[in-house]
Amino acid sequence: MANIDIDSRAAQLGIDWSQVNLDSIHLPPGEDFGIQSDDEGVYHDDQLEFDTGFGNIIVVDNLPVVPKAKFEKLENVLKKIYNQLGVIKENGLWMPVDPDTGVTLGYCFIEFNTPQEAQNAKEKTHGYKLDKSHIFAVNMFDDFDRLMNVKEEWEAPQTKPYVPGENLQKWLTDEKARDQLVIRSGPDTEVLWNDPRQKNTEPVHKRPYWTESYVQWSPLGTYLVTLHKQGAAVWGGADTFTRLMRYQHNMVKLVDFSPGEKYLVTYHSQEPSNPRDASKVEIKVFDVRTGRMMRDFKGSADEFSIGGPGGVAGASWPVFRWGGGKEDKYFAKLSKNTISVYETETFGLIDKKSMKVDNVVDICWSPTDSILSLFVPEQGGGNQPAKVALVQIPSKVELRQKNLFSVSDCKMYWQSSGEYLAVKVDRYTKTKKSTYSGFELFRIKERDIPIEVLELDNKNDKIIAFAWEPKGHRFAVIHGDQPRPDVSFYTMKTAQHGGRVTKLGTLKAKQANALFWSPSGKYIILAGLKNFNGQLEFFNVDEMETMATTEHFMATDIEWDPTGRYVATAVTSVHEMENGFTVWSFNGKLLYRVLKDHFFQLAWRPRPASFLSPEKEEEIAKNLKKYSKKYEAEDQDVSLLLSEQDREKRKALKEEWEKWVMQWKSLHEEEKLERQNLRDGEISDEEEDDEEAKEVKEVEFEDVIDVTEEIVQE
Amino acid sequence: MRPILMKGHERPLTFLRYNRDGDMLFSCAKDHTPTLWYADNGERHGTFRGHNGAVWCCDVSRDSLRLITGSADQSAKLWDVKTGQQLFSFKFGSPARSVDFALGDKLAVITTDPFMERTSAIHVKRIAEDPEDQVSESVLVLESPNGRKRINRAVWGPLNQTIVSGGEDAVLRIWDAETGKLLKESDSEVGHKNTITSLTKSADDSHFITGSLDKTAKACLWDMRTLTLLKTYVSGVPVNAVSMSPLLDHVVLGGGQDASAVTTTDHRAGKFEAKFYDKILQEEIGGVKGHFGPINALAFNPDGKSFSSGGEDGYVRLHHFDSDYFNIRI
Repeated sequence: MANIDIDSRAAQLGIDWSQVNLDSIHLPPGEDFGIQSDDEGVYHDDQLEFDTGFGNIIVVDNLPVVPKAKFEKLENVLKKIYNQLGVIKENGLWMPVDPDTGVTLGYCFIEFNTPQEAQNAKEKTHGYKLDKSHIFAVNMFDDFDRLMNVKEEWEAPQTKPYVPGENLQKWLTDEKARDQLVIRSGPDTEVLWNDPRQKNTEPVHKRPYWTESYVQWSPLGTYLVTLHKQGAAVWGGADTFTRLMRYQHNMVKLVDFSPGEKYLVTYHSQEPSNPRDASKVEIKVFDVRTGRMMRDFKGSADEFSIGGPGGVAGASWPVFRWGGGKEDKYFAKLSKNTISVYETETFGLIDKKSMKVDNVVDICWSPTDSILSLFVPEQGGGNQPAKVALVQIPSKVELRQKNLFSVSDCKMYWQSSGEYLAVKVDRYTKTKKSTYSGFELFRIKERDIPIEVLELDNKNDKIIAFAWEPKGHRFAVIHGDQPRPDVSFYTMKTAQHGGRVTKLGTLKAKQANALFWSPSGKYIILAGLKNFNGQLEFFNVDEMETMATTEHFMATDIEWDPTGRYVATAVTSVHEMENGFTVWSFNGKLLYRVLKDHFFQLAWRPRPASFLSPEKEEEIAKNLKKYSKKYEAEDQDVSLLLSEQDREKRKALKEEWEKWVMQWKSLHEEEKLERQNLRDGEISDEEEDDEEAKEVKEVEFEDVIDVTEEIVQE
Repeated sequence: MRPILMKGHERPLTFLRYNRDGDMLFSCAKDHTPTLWYADNGERHGTFRGHNGAVWCCDVSRDSLRLITGSADQSAKLWDVKTGQQLFSFKFGSPARSVDFALGDKLAVITTDPFMERTSAIHVKRIAEDPEDQVSESVLVLESPNGRKRINRAVWGPLNQTIVSGGEDAVLRIWDAETGKLLKESDSEVGHKNTITSLTKSADDSHFITGSLDKTAKACLWDMRTLTLLKTYVSGVPVNAVSMSPLLDHVVLGGGQDASAVTTTDHRAGKFEAKFYDKILQEEIGGVKGHFGPINALAFNPDGKSFSSGGEDGYVRLHHFDSDYFNIRI
């Protein structure tokens, strides 16, 4: 009810608000007088567990029935038994007696200090044989009601009829094979179809305040996760986004999915009240489908981050790195001198213990296999070399290792299908004053995992960015000095050289500082973000040619759609102006722009891997012409329709405008005389103006079309 | 088209105004001297000396003989355009922000800023034919219901019956010019969401366009009588100045990043462009770059064949359109 309504109602009833203390009003419980509370529906069905306060009491049955004389003795026996299992509260043992005869009734209540003790006592003494005819039957007091209500006769549990779930993958069956994307701007979160044919987006679902911080797709695109004060929630479904599951975790800050989206990891950290203490971290692992919490980890931030520079303040996310491909079998955590690898079957450590690796600073999973790569920096001032090693999980066998000397830092890059591992090594020069970089390239799938060393043509070049071609054998490096570094392409495989890394070419002096390969390979965007103001170069690596150079001014984010057909570039609210996103075709043609103020996030909905076999894909690629005919025809139809619609729209707008103008004109005419009076009878200037306007429209412009020089002979 | 750069002001431009014949251009700037230029070649004709503060706004009479200026020195002055002499000075207790002559040039509306205890107000003054008879009393004073928020512009409605005002509270208001009654307010749903920076009437007083700093940084076209929102032009940057072509169905918006933030970013980040839009289809058709700072003022020559822009950089850029411009088809 709006405040105005309330006020007017109050006035009718003669109530003076200033006299009313709202807090003194108590509604009867369960009665809301038809006024819906704002938070109704929010966690409405949460099964809150109320603590009855009786959790630490147990009931011991089947005690001997003793007369008053023996009461104390029995009491002492019981105390003796149960004092071993926990602390009985003062006067915590109570054995009822028959009020008439003073004979015990054969049971007693024992109150422990804690529910844990009570639980323990129950488990330990249930079935305890005091003597032959007295076997203890111990129950929790809280369970009593439940046990009393057990029906005498067994009832077969009812099987619930099977309710088919929604098709969570329905978006993949879109007729036009479009992709979805989610954007956040202002308070709104929207899921949209990218419709390049219509040169626009088509809304799917929009909600204000859908999330309290950010949203994230699951790796296969099935779920959209939102973050709230109470925890995380996943959304999905066939037509609209409905809430599928919730995961309770107060003040969750970050989330991460396992690659096969079976598990969701949530993270929460709390700043310590004393700034010298480390902040508290709580991490929970949930089963996505059932919502069950599989394991939680608590501790100080130190345990979840490595002591890198600046790594102390918070954990580096994701704390748990998932390995073993899409099966979600293992996840690993790096902490000081140890790598803890957990398996999801038991959610315990493999072999029940962590791996000890002294001074390890970085670990990285192969994206497809359960192989873990790790990096240990130099120790003892160069006496102990730095090391990069590959470890097989779960056997923990070291497959390969390489020692490296005078190393300042290492970065590991796995190729997306796990075939190669590139390690960028920064080495000190002899003077130790500066560093230079090189690569160690591991061929994982070949026998004995050969390692190849690659140095850039100019050894002293700084490496600005590195990126593997997804599913391919090539990689791109931006190297050299800002502001105009070079971009080089290398391949791990060539027809002539077979298993040797070969340079494909170098592009000189590019304004680029980031690389974005198309998910299907072959195409790459060389982007100049930040200082370069959003320079974009769309490059075809097969042909080694530039397809387009353009600019999305001040672009902050670039993301390919999962099929590699379109690219979205966005200006997020780190800049004040021209927030929004632009969609391009893979070859750099601008398709459409969407301006949204306070634009925060854009994310394409990922797609699961294609079911087509590589042979089939190849066949399609070969006969692309045949297949594309149909789509081209459709494209044409749509564009015709669009231009038709556009024309109609323009016509309508024009007509509407004409109407306004006519209206104004007639009014103007009516008021002509009055205007003249206001001007002391001076003829109003419309007539002149009209003529002037006409005159203007008739002006002819002389354009010089061509000038030829002819020599006139006299 | 090669613009003519008119360098005469030492401080940021605030307002530009052509006379009815389109041969004179008056410019106001934060330095204290409004300047008169030949609208054709951009030569300086003269200056009006007398103000002791930034000059925010000016208007010229239909016969191009009188000029009225509003200044931060808490006065609005009447000038003789021919001689450059000051004829009269209206004193206020607070800066005069905008001035506008009524139809027939017998009345002028002057707005004043909120200052100390004073709230923002709209004053209607009678302009005497002979400057000797000029009195400083207001015929009517309108107080904005949201007086602490500055009124940025007030102009006369059709036939001097109404006054339209807009300002920092983002609301457009229509007042009865006789009684001072508030007749209409713009709907907050469809209207601006932030400070209205500029307001420009069409040649025939039938509609007007407003520019605003609001979220979508848009300019809106309104019906002068009913205050109906007709069109919205979204520019993506704060809008400081708006103008409409009297000849073609074009509107032009100017603005850009806030001047205080300019030095922190690349000069292209500011988007200091005069953007042209199709008036009816609301689509952007082009832009004119050049200013090295936000655009604060825009004006179309009444013949529609040239326009000028004034920027924070202190320059007035006078653009004569190429013939291509008149053949734009979208």
